[in-house]
Amino acid sequence: MSKYVIVGASAAGIGAVEAIREVDPVGTVTVISDEQCPQYSRPMISDLVSGKANFDKMMCREDEFWQKNHAEALTGRTAVNLNLAEKWVALDKGDHINFEKLLIATGGKPFVPKIEGSEKEGVYTFTTLSDAESLAAKVETAKNAVVVGGGLIGVSVTEALVKRGLKVTMVELKDHILSLILDQTASEMVENVISNAGVSIATGLSVQRVVGKPEADNVVGGAVLTNGEQVPCDMVIIAIGVIPRTELVSGTDVKTNRGIIVDRFMRTSVSDVYASGDVAEAYDFVLGKNRLLPLWPLALEEGKVAGYNMAGKKAEYPGGTAMSALKYFDIPIISIGITNPREASAYEILVKHEPERALYKKIVLTDNVIVGLTLVNDIEKAGVFFHLMKNGVNVKRLKHELLSEDFCLATLPRSLRRKVYPGEYR
Amino acid sequence: MKRIIAKEEYCMGCGLCEVYCTVQHSKSKDIIKAYNREKPRPLSRVKLEVHKPVSFAIQCRHCEDAPCVTACLSGAMQKDEETGLVTHDADKCIGCWTCIMVCPYGAIKRDPSGKIVSKCDLCSELEVPACVANCPNGALVYKEVKP
Repeated sequence: MSKYVIVGASAAGIGAVEAIREVDPVGTVTVISDEQCPQYSRPMISDLVSGKANFDKMMCREDEFWQKNHAEALTGRTAVNLNLAEKWVALDKGDHINFEKLLIATGGKPFVPKIEGSEKEGVYTFTTLSDAESLAAKVETAKNAVVVGGGLIGVSVTEALVKRGLKVTMVELKDHILSLILDQTASEMVENVISNAGVSIATGLSVQRVVGKPEADNVVGGAVLTNGEQVPCDMVIIAIGVIPRTELVSGTDVKTNRGIIVDRFMRTSVSDVYASGDVAEAYDFVLGKNRLLPLWPLALEEGKVAGYNMAGKKAEYPGGTAMSALKYFDIPIISIGITNPREASAYEILVKHEPERALYKKIVLTDNVIVGLTLVNDIEKAGVFFHLMKNGVNVKRLKHELLSEDFCLATLPRSLRRKVYPGEYR
Repeated sequence: MKRIIAKEEYCMGCGLCEVYCTVQHSKSKDIIKAYNREKPRPLSRVKLEVHKPVSFAIQCRHCEDAPCVTACLSGAMQKDEETGLVTHDADKCIGCWTCIMVCPYGAIKRDPSGKIVSKCDLCSELEVPACVANCPNGALVYKEVKP
C-alpha cells in the first residue's frame, strides 16, 4: 500500500513528487519507471549524442532525488495492469501496489510509421536515454545518416549527428521543416543555417523503404525516398514525434481521446486517478480546448498540478500552449501559440524582418490580444510577450511598439504593470 | 528575505546599475579592465528599462513560484529552499532558452558566449547588491520583503 502511486518518473512524475512533498511530507509515495535512471532530462538526449553533455550533466535533479523526497522509486519496473475498482496497480513481476491516489505519467512513445526494412540493424528511434546510448555507440563508426522528420526531434538529432561529423540527410514530409511551430519565413531561415552546416534537406518527401548493405542485408545501407532517390546511409533515425502511452488505461473507465482526457485539476474521468504529461490531453489556453502538447515544461507543470491536488491542495492548471525554444545550429528561436494561422485574415499580424541581420519577429493577435509569436535571434523579450498573452492583455495602445528594439517593461503603462505584475513596484 | 525593489519615481535612467553589475560579474572586478580588456565583455544582469520619461532597473525577481525553475530542461535553475533565491548553475545550463521563453520580466539573458543564460544572483557574496549600492538616487532598494 502506498498513498500515492505515480507511474512514470520523467517530467510529470518529478513535478508530482515535488508538489506532493510540498503539501504532504509523510504520505508514502511510490514511483514506477521502466527506465533504470529516471531523473534525467529527455530533451537533453541530443546533447548526449553530440558529446555536449555526459550522463551526469543530464541529471535534471540531484542523484538522491527520490530518497530526499522519501519516494520509493521502482526503477526498471513496468506497470502492466490497473484495477481501479480495487485501486491497485499490477507490476511486471506479478506483484501489485494499492494506492489512494494514482497518477498516470507514462509519457509518449515514438511514432514509427510503417516503413519496409525498418527492422534492420541501424534504424533508431529517439526518445529515451537508451535510444540515445545506442545511437551514440553507432555514431562512432557511422558516416552517413538519414533523419526521418524535420520537427523538433529531427532537428535536435540532426545537430548532434553533424557535431559528430556525420553527413546527414533530413527528410520531411511537409514543404518546410519545423512546420508545426514556424511559418515559411522562419523555417527558411533555419533551413539555410542547417544547409550551411552541410545537411541535405529533402522536403515534400518521406522514406519509403530502408535497404540493406550489399554485404549484409540486415544492416542499414540506404534509404529509398518516395521520389525513388536512394540515399546511402549507415543509420536511419525515426524522429517524427511521440504518441501517448495510454496502454495502461485501455480497458478501464479512464476516458481517452488520443491521450487521456483530464480536467483543469489533472483529474481523469475516474476519481482518484490523475494524468499528466505527454500521455494526457491538457488545456491549451490559446485554443481554449484540451489537446496533446508533448513538451517538457508543460509536463512538469501538469505533474505539479496533479501532485498538489492529489495531496489535497487545490490547484488549477492555468493551461499551456504550443511553446518551444530552439537553440540548434546557433540560431535562437522562440515560438509560442498560433504562429502561422491558416486563415490569416482572421488575425492581425505584426512582422519585422531584417534578413541582413537574420532578425525576424512576428506577433499574431486576435482582437488586440497576443495569441502567438515567433522571435528569431532577438528572443529576450519573449517571456514578457508570453506573460501578456497568458493574461489576455489588450495591447491595442502598445501595438506599434511591440516589435521595436526598445520594447521593454517600461513600455507598458504603469496601470497595466500594476495589474499584471502584482506585488511589484509597491 | 531581502529583495531588490525598483523605485521608478527616483530613477534617472543613468545606467550606473548596469555598469556596476558588469564590473561585479567581471573576472577582474575593475571597471577599466572589465569594459576594455575582457572579451567578451561581461554581461550586466540588471537591465535599465527606458521608455521616456519612465525608467527603472529590472533584474531577476527570484519569484516565489518561479516559471523558469519549472520550465528548465536541465535542472540548472533551482529554487533555494533556505534563501528563496532562484539560483542558476552555469555548469548545468545547456542554453536551451526555455527560461527566457517563460520569464514574465524578460530578466534572463543569453550570455555573450551564446551557450548559456545569465541572470541576477543578488550578488550573494556582497552585503548589498552592486546595483543597489551604487545607485546614486536611491532608485534601487534592498529590503526585507514578505515571501
